Amino acid sequence: MIPPAIGDQRAGEVMPLSSGRPRHAWRAWLLTETPGSRAQARLGQAYVAWLGFRRNPLAMAGLTILVVLVLVAVLAPVLTHQSPVSQELGRRLQPPSAAYWFGTDELGRDIYTRILYGSRITLLIVGLVVVSVAPVGLLIGTVAGYMGGAVDVVLMRMTDVFLAFPRLILALAFVSALGPGIENAVIAIACTAWPPYARVARAETLTIRNSDFIAAVRLQGAGPLRIVLGHVVPLCTSSLIVRVGYDMAGIILTAAGLGFLGLGAQPPSPEWGAMISSGRKFLLDQWWVATIPGAAILVVSLGFNLLGDGIRDVLDPKQG
Amino acid sequence: MTDGAGARPRPRRAPARLLWLTGRELGSVALTFLGLLLVTFFIGRVVPIDPVLAAVGDRAPAEVYQRVKVELGLDLPLYRQFWLYLVKVLHGDFGKSVLTANLVLADIRRVFPATLELATVATILGVLTGIPLGVVAAARRGRGLDHVVRVVSLLGYSVPVFWLGLVGLLVLYARLGWVAGPGRLDVAFDDVVAPVTGVILIDAALRGEWEVFRSAFQHVILPASILGYFSMAYLCRMTRSFMLSELRHEYVTTARVKGMTERRVVWRHALGNVLVPLITVVALSYANLLEGSVLTETVFAWPGLGQYITSSLLNADMNAVLGGTIVVGAIFIGLNVLSDLLYRVVDPRAR
Repeated sequence: MIPPAIGDQRAGEVMPLSSGRPRHAWRAWLLTETPGSRAQARLGQAYVAWLGFRRNPLAMAGLTILVVLVLVAVLAPVLTHQSPVSQELGRRLQPPSAAYWFGTDELGRDIYTRILYGSRITLLIVGLVVVSVAPVGLLIGTVAGYMGGAVDVVLMRMTDVFLAFPRLILALAFVSALGPGIENAVIAIACTAWPPYARVARAETLTIRNSDFIAAVRLQGAGPLRIVLGHVVPLCTSSLIVRVGYDMAGIILTAAGLGFLGLGAQPPSPEWGAMISSGRKFLLDQWWVATIPGAAILVVSLGFNLLGDGIRDVLDPKQG
Repeated sequence: MTDGAGARPRPRRAPARLLWLTGRELGSVALTFLGLLLVTFFIGRVVPIDPVLAAVGDRAPAEVYQRVKVELGLDLPLYRQFWLYLVKVLHGDFGKSVLTANLVLADIRRVFPATLELATVATILGVLTGIPLGVVAAARRGRGLDHVVRVVSLLGYSVPVFWLGLVGLLVLYARLGWVAGPGRLDVAFDDVVAPVTGVILIDAALRGEWEVFRSAFQHVILPASILGYFSMAYLCRMTRSFMLSELRHEYVTTARVKGMTERRVVWRHALGNVLVPLITVVALSYANLLEGSVLTETVFAWPGLGQYITSSLLNADMNAVLGGTIVVGAIFIGLNVLSDLLYRVVDPRAR
């Protein structure tokens, strides 16, 4: 007895809903069993994934946090009229109040404003690291997995070496060589973040490379480059996205840690970790200077973690 | 059919096979360590500070500059330089610290016990709380406590350790006064106990100085709890997932059908089998604490390896930074190997 395919259940669930209104027409088009084009099939798949994602309240909470973060970063000048860097010593170390929601710091800068602008730095760091690390890890992993032999041994040995360091310590060593600063912090984090991606991509490649369709492509005369880029890489992306989802919180925490140690973004930049570091001196009497930026870091990295869990549940249900 | 195995040559005896595996393991560890040194060598080379200028100053005549350059071996080809570096490091020579004017190795030996103390107390706390919580969460999957455990461990993955340390200091030390503040001891107890092992808790207990012990304990408990929280979050998550897959086995059903109490099934039978893979996880979390200790030590003015590395870094003391990095990396590798070996010894199937 063959169990009914997932698609059948879905169709049964959707059919009664599509009662002619435009929204439901779109839904039916997306969820059809017989897509008319490749684009329709892809969109349909994405829509099904979204439906699964939407059912997970924690993942939606994570997504909400991140959407708010992006909005805050974009709309920072609208949400506040103050400057994140201009000093006004007459109002230094004011406690949180109606005028200064999160208080002011030792140079009289509004902490609320600085948090808003700091979200830009956070997003910038995460974005730059992910954009630079994921393709590198993907390439190294797929090439190692597909080529096998000596290439595999050398590349994976390299990966192991980088995995053998605790990430923050290695990032510290890189920053010590490159000098402090936000660009160098990004480079240092990127240098330490790629190995897990290579591992994931390689594991995925090993399961794909002996499948029939790869053999078929090879018989049609495709070279290794074409096979890896055109057929292996696309199949690795979903596990890679899962990994990215997990990693982003770690990247934020590492960047904030570097900032806290004075090795990441430099003052007067409103980077959250650096803000905690400068507020430390006033911890006992003016608690808000150091603790509020930390709460911002916590909320954002929690958002990334929740989102990462949700993405994993949708794309990779076997591990849930 | 079933006797087929008897015809084949006898499999190598377990100890011999274990030895062979160990040998192969050692080879791969040596390679990893070599790679680690390559990385630190590379970092030391790209550093923008000219080591010759640092030694002679920028007013030295060109001929002195040349002489020192030759003395430092910087005129040699890179592979020769790396070879010299390798030999030096393997002899435990990481050079001198510019900041303290001591040999880096001596410095590390002095500060390491503080980190060891912190990480060990933290791991003990993490194991004692994380594993039972993980077991209970798995046994009552989907119910109240499971959700609580999930949230607690999720927070553990999301909270910045240095911020938690500051909040802990603010609330538990400054406001409530339940624990002692930064540092390892109250000032009054400095130098009361001569260091034997360097771990103050042990030294004080050996001498019977219980006042000192108490003070040291009050100082270590907050940073260790904060680090321990991270180790708990990790251990609890892993224990839960190991237990969930273990409880699906048929022997569990059999035990239940035979009327064994649920408590005995979970805590004796299932947990007993899970403890083996957990060893690896505990070793890994111990290694991860070394990383967390960099930030925690800064917050708590804890004079350990992490603080040594960061303060050297801020003073551009490259020998100290790279020496510390190598030591931490070596410990990391060592713990990984150790957990692998333990795994093989404890679990006969893995031999």
